[in-house]
Amino acid sequence: MRALALITVLMVGGLLFYGLPDFPDWGDPVSPASTHLSPFYIEQGAADTHAPNVVTAVLAYYRGYDTMFEAAVIFSAGLACFFLLRTFQQKSEETRLYRHIPTGVTLRIEEGGKTPAGSEEFEPIDSHWVPYDMIINMTCRLIVPFVQLFALYVIAHGHYSPGGGFQGGVLFGAAIILFAISHDLRSVFRRLQEKAVMFLSAVGVLIYAGTGVVCLVLGGNFLDYSFLAGMLGVDAVMARSHGILIIEIGVGLAVMAVMVMLYYNLSSAGRHDEGL
Amino acid sequence: MEAILSSFLTKYNYWVFIGLVMIGLYALIAKRNLVKKIIGMNIAQTAVILFYVSIGAKQGSTIPILDSSHGHDAHHAVQAIDYINPLPHVLMLTAIVVSVATLGVALALAIKVYQQYGTLEEDEIQAQIDKT
Repeated sequence: MRALALITVLMVGGLLFYGLPDFPDWGDPVSPASTHLSPFYIEQGAADTHAPNVVTAVLAYYRGYDTMFEAAVIFSAGLACFFLLRTFQQKSEETRLYRHIPTGVTLRIEEGGKTPAGSEEFEPIDSHWVPYDMIINMTCRLIVPFVQLFALYVIAHGHYSPGGGFQGGVLFGAAIILFAISHDLRSVFRRLQEKAVMFLSAVGVLIYAGTGVVCLVLGGNFLDYSFLAGMLGVDAVMARSHGILIIEIGVGLAVMAVMVMLYYNLSSAGRHDEGL
Repeated sequence: MEAILSSFLTKYNYWVFIGLVMIGLYALIAKRNLVKKIIGMNIAQTAVILFYVSIGAKQGSTIPILDSSHGHDAHHAVQAIDYINPLPHVLMLTAIVVSVATLGVALALAIKVYQQYGTLEEDEIQAQIDKT
């Protein structure tokens, strides 16, 4: 098996090596990839969309259809993770652990014992539960709002600097995951429920596709934002700029929600208890 | 010999790409542990990302964010030669996020396999399937 794999890999490497002389040199300004379509984007992008960041203009306007399906791929990845892992049946174990919240005393209840389920003063905990460090707790509590603020900045400033919905969404999701790691999963659920995450990921894709449909209804092509001009009260170029911002917000919401959903399901193997 | 050396100097990005693809492909085929296979898949994805981004590079040009913030000023014509190719960046921007999403699904499948068979080694899983 190993020899076979080595032969296959060497053959693939040899084929790529054989084709190497046909590739353009590194940094070649007149390489085929840089001479056909990209000069048009660079020279026309800002005039068409009023977005100096050409990457954002191409991502959300010229190749908007492609990006919409990327968002749909991410959304379906989150759904797939949910359907693969999520379990709603609590496995009945022999011993259950409960913590008395005011005193911090842990109760160990053997099989057949009466559990204090439904009581306000007790919460169920996992056997692997370890107390969280206060320094880590407080540091992450302080950092999280600033990471979230920066994520919003990255989404909103995608026209003028490196950034956009994908990057900002990942940052926002990372902030929530940081909170989940430093505390436990249940304290995140109190702030951002699973239902809300599912809802946000669907809303993100809906904002994107809905913008395209609105353009269609107003008489343009799918995702041709210049037809939003009448609705937004600006000229066609600024309408494209605003349209890009709207769909970036949609992408950001979807990416954020899916990152959080992946973490919820992977870290607790779908049981949604205290997690890591 | 000199031709190979000069091609190494002017095309070293492709050498790195070929190396990474070979490492990733080998891990995908030869490794028995499913998590190692997933890592191999990610290495191959990283190689493709490097390939695309390095294609977009142009000597002596800057990132594709136009200098003047008033992009539609007619008296300041934008020269394509001054900015690197934005297209590979666009494609890879989405590819990175999608690769994270596929990584999530792959890890979810690995967790499911572990719950079913109690192991992530392929040959042990195959032995359990053969027994039944």
